[in-house]
Amino acid sequence: MKFTVSRKFLSTAACVMLALSAPALSSAGDTIKFGIAGPHSGDLASYGLPSAAAAKLVIDKVNANGGINGKKIEILKEDDVCKPEIATNTATKLVSSGVEVVLGHICSGATVAAMPIYKDAGILVMSPSATSDELTYSGKYPNFFRTIAPNAAQSPAMIDFAINKLGFKKIAIVHDKGDYGKPLAEGAKLYVEKSGKGKVVLFEGITPGAMDYSAIVQKIKESGAEVVVFGGYHPEASKIVSIMNKKRLKAKFVSDDGVKDDTFIKVAGADAEGVYAAGPQDNSANPLALKAKEEHKAAFNSDPGAFYEGAYAATMAMLNAIEKAGSTKLEDLKKVLQTEKVDTPVGAVSFDQKGDAIGVGFSMYVVEKGKYVVAK
Amino acid sequence: MDYFIELLFSGLTRGSIYALIALGYTMVYGIIGLINFAHGEIYMIGAFTAFIVATVLSIYGFPLPAIIIIAGIAAVVWSSSYGYTIEKIAYKPLRYAPRLSPLISAIGMSIFLQNYILLAQTSDFLPFPRLIPDFPFMEPIAHIVGSTDLVILVTTVIVMVALTFIIKFTLIGKAMRATAQDRTMATLVGINVNRVISATFIIGSGLAAIGGLLIASHIGQINFYIGFLAGIKAFTAAVLGGIGSIPGAVLGSLILGLTESFATGYVSSDYEDVFAFSLLVLILIFKPSGLLGKASNQKV
Repeated sequence: MKFTVSRKFLSTAACVMLALSAPALSSAGDTIKFGIAGPHSGDLASYGLPSAAAAKLVIDKVNANGGINGKKIEILKEDDVCKPEIATNTATKLVSSGVEVVLGHICSGATVAAMPIYKDAGILVMSPSATSDELTYSGKYPNFFRTIAPNAAQSPAMIDFAINKLGFKKIAIVHDKGDYGKPLAEGAKLYVEKSGKGKVVLFEGITPGAMDYSAIVQKIKESGAEVVVFGGYHPEASKIVSIMNKKRLKAKFVSDDGVKDDTFIKVAGADAEGVYAAGPQDNSANPLALKAKEEHKAAFNSDPGAFYEGAYAATMAMLNAIEKAGSTKLEDLKKVLQTEKVDTPVGAVSFDQKGDAIGVGFSMYVVEKGKYVVAK
Repeated sequence: MDYFIELLFSGLTRGSIYALIALGYTMVYGIIGLINFAHGEIYMIGAFTAFIVATVLSIYGFPLPAIIIIAGIAAVVWSSSYGYTIEKIAYKPLRYAPRLSPLISAIGMSIFLQNYILLAQTSDFLPFPRLIPDFPFMEPIAHIVGSTDLVILVTTVIVMVALTFIIKFTLIGKAMRATAQDRTMATLVGINVNRVISATFIIGSGLAAIGGLLIASHIGQINFYIGFLAGIKAFTAAVLGGIGSIPGAVLGSLILGLTESFATGYVSSDYEDVFAFSLLVLILIFKPSGLLGKASNQKV
């Protein structure tokens, strides 16, 4: 059979090639392209949507005042559903669309997967929520900054609270085997051993998404643990907490900022009472934080969700850097970020050589009467 | 000893959860030789329907038993309709196609349904109401067996007995067995094969819906993705027990559930899935058609 290139094939191919080249044809230079990457759909969307809202509010305000150095800011939003394999596609899409800075990603695993792509393109990335230590501690990502403290600060906060404030000695540490929960759990284990005041009676990983966690709960009971320290996200945490109550296990539950989310309370319901979770520092006294909260209420008719203040601060810091540096080149932006302090809803922040924000930390929260409040 | 009993019941509950879904897989495979990958999604749709109905009814202040019954019936009707429709759209046209085609069609249907529910409902995790209250008489052993565990265990037993009775002692059961043995011959002796297959799907989907209602009450949360995860494990359990065999599905599910539970309890939760799937591989090496499965005889 002779293979002939039919006219239909040629015209289809021509159309496809034209369509693919269209994004590259859009002119660069008259707007500042601001990328937002995170989960905007899927089961972890509640982590990513508030950040996108924060960025939009800040950017709309700046654009209304004439933009930066005469240029308006254009938002390019991409969804990575918190999955590392999708995050690489998200990053590639943003880079090829010509973004100059990126707010994101949200989940540590997704961020780690996407960073090499941004690094090769020389793009500044700032995350309001990715806490994996290696993002700033490994030195592999000189273009990465964040407005949240790393896991290295979170595990000590959780353990310190469990041992010193709650007075527990026997600690069971459980994680979800993922890039976020496991390093957190390992850090927690190290910290317990270093403190010398507590004992890790159980250290295990669970499979996320499983249907039934009663076996691990029975194991926790058998180990005699007084408190369960959990590294992972809210779907697993709510399942474990409800089984703990079902099996009449009296131990307390201390978890990470992945669980300090209103969706956890909504899904776990009554079982969420008394659960402790670490979260970004309490900023309720900061006037800028209150103002940002009011802006969200006015625009969306609801209270802001997880990482809203961090994303608001990150957007402010990045836009300030672009303005002061007069360019979006990575080196120029870094100089501003590391020398200037910006007043934001999370405080007056500047960044250190590694990319961590100076002056942000973690506070412990507890669920009381269906809401998270600062734990005393 | 206490610990062992606790793990035993954990495993039995988990096994019963898998069994309620595995029964649907095994029935469909037994009759038309198709792994219905969309079965997990039927279970998920049953859970969502029960959620919507239960939430609406509780706003209107219906008493709890009424809510359970009405939500259950609604879920069964809804899921069965989906099952019937899926069979007509995705599997019937491919009934005489090579074996791979309906399989791919099933996977496609599974993905379609997941995303349909994702778009039509929500991507959020939804809190499922505790439809099964804590029975007071169970309080002393509540830390070993809870009321939802008991209800699921009992339902699985009832369902298995009922299904076996239907298959062995009723006319439709005989028709199902005939269709499973030899479809062409069954048509020739006057069995309406289309009806039998539809009935199988309806029964299987109804079971999945009941499973959805009970399991969602036990776990307390639903999400568009639960069908996929449940389906994988239930399918594994059905294969382990011998796909096509109803007692096999229950046996396979219980063995899988107990293995996972004891692996977690005595070794480590990290290796729970490793143990479960290693067991599957081992059993299939020595008994390729599963524990209770019949070796398929080639008819010349």
